[in-house]
Amino acid sequence: MRGLAPIAVIVAALATVPLLTSSNVVLNFMVVALLIALVGQGWKLLGGYGGQYSFGHAAFFGTGCYVTAILQMRYGVNAWIGFCIGIAAGALVGAVIGFLSFRSGLRGSYFALVTLAFAEVLRIIASVAPITGAGVGTLIRLDLRPEAFQFQSRAPFYWIILALVALSLVLVRAIEHSRFGAYLMAVRENEDAARALGVDAMRTKLAAMIISAAITAAGGCFYAQYFLFIDAGIAYGPWISVEALLAPIIGGIGTVFGPLLGALVVKTLGEFTKLVTGDAPGLDLVIYGGVLVLVVAFAPRGIAGFLERRRG
Amino acid sequence: MAETLLRVEDVSKRFGGLLAVNRASLTAEAGRITALIGPNGAGKTTLFAMITGFLAVSEGRVLYDGAPIAGEPPHRLARRGIARTFQIVQPFSNLTVRENIAVGAHLNRPGRGDALAAAGEVARMVGLADMLDRPATSLTVAGRKRLELARALATRPRLLLLDEVLAGLNPSEIRDMVPVIRTIRDGGITIIMIEHVMQAVMSLAEHVFVLSEGRIIAEGSPQAIAGNPRVVEAYLGRGAANRMLGAAHG
Repeated sequence: MRGLAPIAVIVAALATVPLLTSSNVVLNFMVVALLIALVGQGWKLLGGYGGQYSFGHAAFFGTGCYVTAILQMRYGVNAWIGFCIGIAAGALVGAVIGFLSFRSGLRGSYFALVTLAFAEVLRIIASVAPITGAGVGTLIRLDLRPEAFQFQSRAPFYWIILALVALSLVLVRAIEHSRFGAYLMAVRENEDAARALGVDAMRTKLAAMIISAAITAAGGCFYAQYFLFIDAGIAYGPWISVEALLAPIIGGIGTVFGPLLGALVVKTLGEFTKLVTGDAPGLDLVIYGGVLVLVVAFAPRGIAGFLERRRG
Repeated sequence: MAETLLRVEDVSKRFGGLLAVNRASLTAEAGRITALIGPNGAGKTTLFAMITGFLAVSEGRVLYDGAPIAGEPPHRLARRGIARTFQIVQPFSNLTVRENIAVGAHLNRPGRGDALAAAGEVARMVGLADMLDRPATSLTVAGRKRLELARALATRPRLLLLDEVLAGLNPSEIRDMVPVIRTIRDGGITIIMIEHVMQAVMSLAEHVFVLSEGRIIAEGSPQAIAGNPRVVEAYLGRGAANRMLGAAHG
């Protein structure tokens, strides 16, 4: 398949990072950046190719977090199996939210608001329901064995999240060069014209939503395994919805590598700010906002789109 | 007589208190070009929208190939072989001409490569071959009309509904387009066209239906329609027929 070589090169280059440094600071930074890239990759499939701007990808991320954590802690399910079920649960939530909003014909800002509302409803439920640990949150018991999806060092985590990002890159690339991808973009551009050409718009959008939700939920599952603690604000909080859309928009919404590039830039800026301002809370968000304004004003197709235009 | 591919029987469309289409009936014979003409606001596009599933039929039946199709969604009708163009062109703006046409071609060709290749062939047929890798937004009005046609053709339809594909074109562009439509018909595709450019209707259509204020007021060969007093009056107002036809004879 075309376009696999650049993915292979970039992923191979990134895979050497743990061999070059054993600094926990660097690895931790990279793991979080890749996690945001993965979540952003999920968002981009729906937002970039499908033109459906979700403000509530936390709904899928959080479902991944909670399902994998609760299955382990309350039902003794193996972490890897919990990981898979978490992804499936995220996809299911995507199917439900997608079905309800697309059936009602919600588009544009209305779709954005409804997804935001769903995520907030889930956050509030998670902050009071006993099964999620309510306000206390859920702690995954420390069990540093690979069978339990926990590792002594950060390197295996790094490689796992990198593998997930690589998988999502290949998947999105494959979709881009498929009939489904063509239909998805046709629906984004003009739904009526697409329907006249035989495109089942509802089904196409729903499928995009489900895949998008599954990818984002995988990020949530990983988050829970990596940090071993979640609460309602982490899992379903607006922060992840914002990160999910910032990375692809800043990186380049219509490009395969956009979310990865965007996540690295955003995270680097965030860390840099913390260094300069000495961890003043919220200042990294101010920087995000500033960068977003600059990108929207001067590079509407993101950094990747901007570089492409300069080169071409 | 040829086999009837589409039969619209006493179809009405009500928008609240407004009766946009009032018990209209028409037929399209297989392999022929049928024209639907009428003054602005007569309900032509509404009738098209009902045939293609974009609007629900309030009353009446639509039979395609003998089977009732009213109530089926547009994408399913497209799969049955009914394609349409839009009066106001609806290109996929951020895609290239080739990608635009490929969306239509995908209906029968799941493979990306196949669809893109087929898009190239269809583009040659409608005269867009030089534009294939340009963005759809770079096309002129005439080019966008051709693109509408190409996308619909790429679905390999049996019945093609053309909603004013000649509107907005200059005389030389119309001269270029007329043979394209004829070639499509010669390829075995049944065509129903809404058209205001009478010169084209006269030279292309084998049968003409006239819609006025939601009703079919006349049908027949193009020549018979042009001399029909009711049609002249529908366009030019009461009394116009007497003056015009009288002047022609006197």
